[in-house]
Amino acid sequence: MSVPVIAELLKKHESELLQEWIASQRAAGIRTDLIDEGTVLNNSRELLKLLSIAALGGIDDLGSAEWKPVRNMIEALSRTQSRQGFSPSETATFVFSLKEPLFAKIQANCADPASEMLKASQLLDKLGLYSMESYMTGRESVIREQQESMLELSTPVVELWKGVLAIPLIGSLDSNRTQIVMEALLEKIVQTESEIAIIDITGVPTVDTMVAQHLLKTVTAAKLMGARCIISGIRPQIAATIVHLGVELGDVITKSSLADAFSVALKELDIRLVKGSLR
Amino acid sequence: MGKTEIFPLKQETDIVIVRQRVRKAAEAVRLGLVSQTKIVTAASEIARNALIYGGGGECVIEETTKDGRGAVRLVISDQGEGIANLDRAMVDGYTSGSGMGLGLGGAKRLVDQFAIESQPGQGTRIELWKWR
Ligand SMILES: Nc1ncnc2c1ncn2[C@@H]1O[C@H](COP(=O)(O)OP(=O)(O)O)[C@@H](O)[C@H]1O
Ligand SMILES: [Mg+2]
Repeated sequence: MSVPVIAELLKKHESELLQEWIASQRAAGIRTDLIDEGTVLNNSRELLKLLSIAALGGIDDLGSAEWKPVRNMIEALSRTQSRQGFSPSETATFVFSLKEPLFAKIQANCADPASEMLKASQLLDKLGLYSMESYMTGRESVIREQQESMLELSTPVVELWKGVLAIPLIGSLDSNRTQIVMEALLEKIVQTESEIAIIDITGVPTVDTMVAQHLLKTVTAAKLMGARCIISGIRPQIAATIVHLGVELGDVITKSSLADAFSVALKELDIRLVKGSLR
Repeated sequence: MGKTEIFPLKQETDIVIVRQRVRKAAEAVRLGLVSQTKIVTAASEIARNALIYGGGGECVIEETTKDGRGAVRLVISDQGEGIANLDRAMVDGYTSGSGMGLGLGGAKRLVDQFAIESQPGQGTRIELWKWR
């Protein structure tokens, strides 16, 4: 198989192409606040080298082993840029800005420039798209990490009084998080030998049947360990919704506020608080 | 006119996003706080069913009107195994999994209009409306 024209051009005019490519990146605007020109130069030089090697084996199948180094480099760069705050077009510009200098070289050196330009264009388009895909994957993994770190936002179980625990739930409750939070509560009940646990849902925007089921399971498990639960912070709109869902809270004590729940808890423990001024 | 958006239901976190967007839509058409909470909760039930039983699907959220009143219309669909016995599925307390069996019946009671279509082997499509 003969060596593709583009591979020859890349090899022969490597240093010129590099300079013109950098110039065309500069013209498009380099985010010097996010990346320094030295890095841009190194990246461009490196990619150009990898390109000219890969192109030797043909420029049609970018999925092949020869193209792997190129793919890897574009992927790594694009992912990094998505984390660094580059926009999608800024990221794609890196690859696309090689078009102009490469086309110029084809124009100046080829007998049949039109067909070579088409090939070069297809090649760079594919690489540009690949860069976009990598950028998006990078974005998605950032989002996923953020979601996971939110899940890990631990909800503290606090001891309000000897024998009285409270857990203020805040935010969306989904299987994972609810599970973690509820287990933490049960553990703390055992550890502190508490008699009463107040689950406060003031900060929970939605109580659906899954959340209700988790709450009820926790109440049952706590009971088995000798502790009673009070659910507080059920706002009117949540109460109305629970009724329509058909969820029965059974004999679970509910209170509208954490303060009310706390005073019920103290009463149950036969503790009376007296104002100092009465002394 | 009305704004329509489509959201995927492929993983648990998608349900959180759908709930947030339904809440936004309900606010935008100026539903009251109780109505907002009801349509959000109904969406959460049906979206979770699409994910768990339907193997994932999507949710269309539309800000629209009903007889001149602000309304939210949701269409939640999946291409899963469908529901062979709809009457039984709608019964409170029936679950083929480990839920409370209150999702379908509960969602129906929470909204102003509820329509369900399901073909065994083809999937399930549920339309929910809540208006001012
Ligand atoms: N999208 C769906 N695809 C297939 N089956 C479904 C779907 N939605 C609900 N079902 C069936 O209907 C039953 C009742 O649903 P639901 O009332 O939400 O209760 P739960 O989710 O607690 O099981 C489910 O257990 C399931 O068998
Ligand atoms: Mg359900």
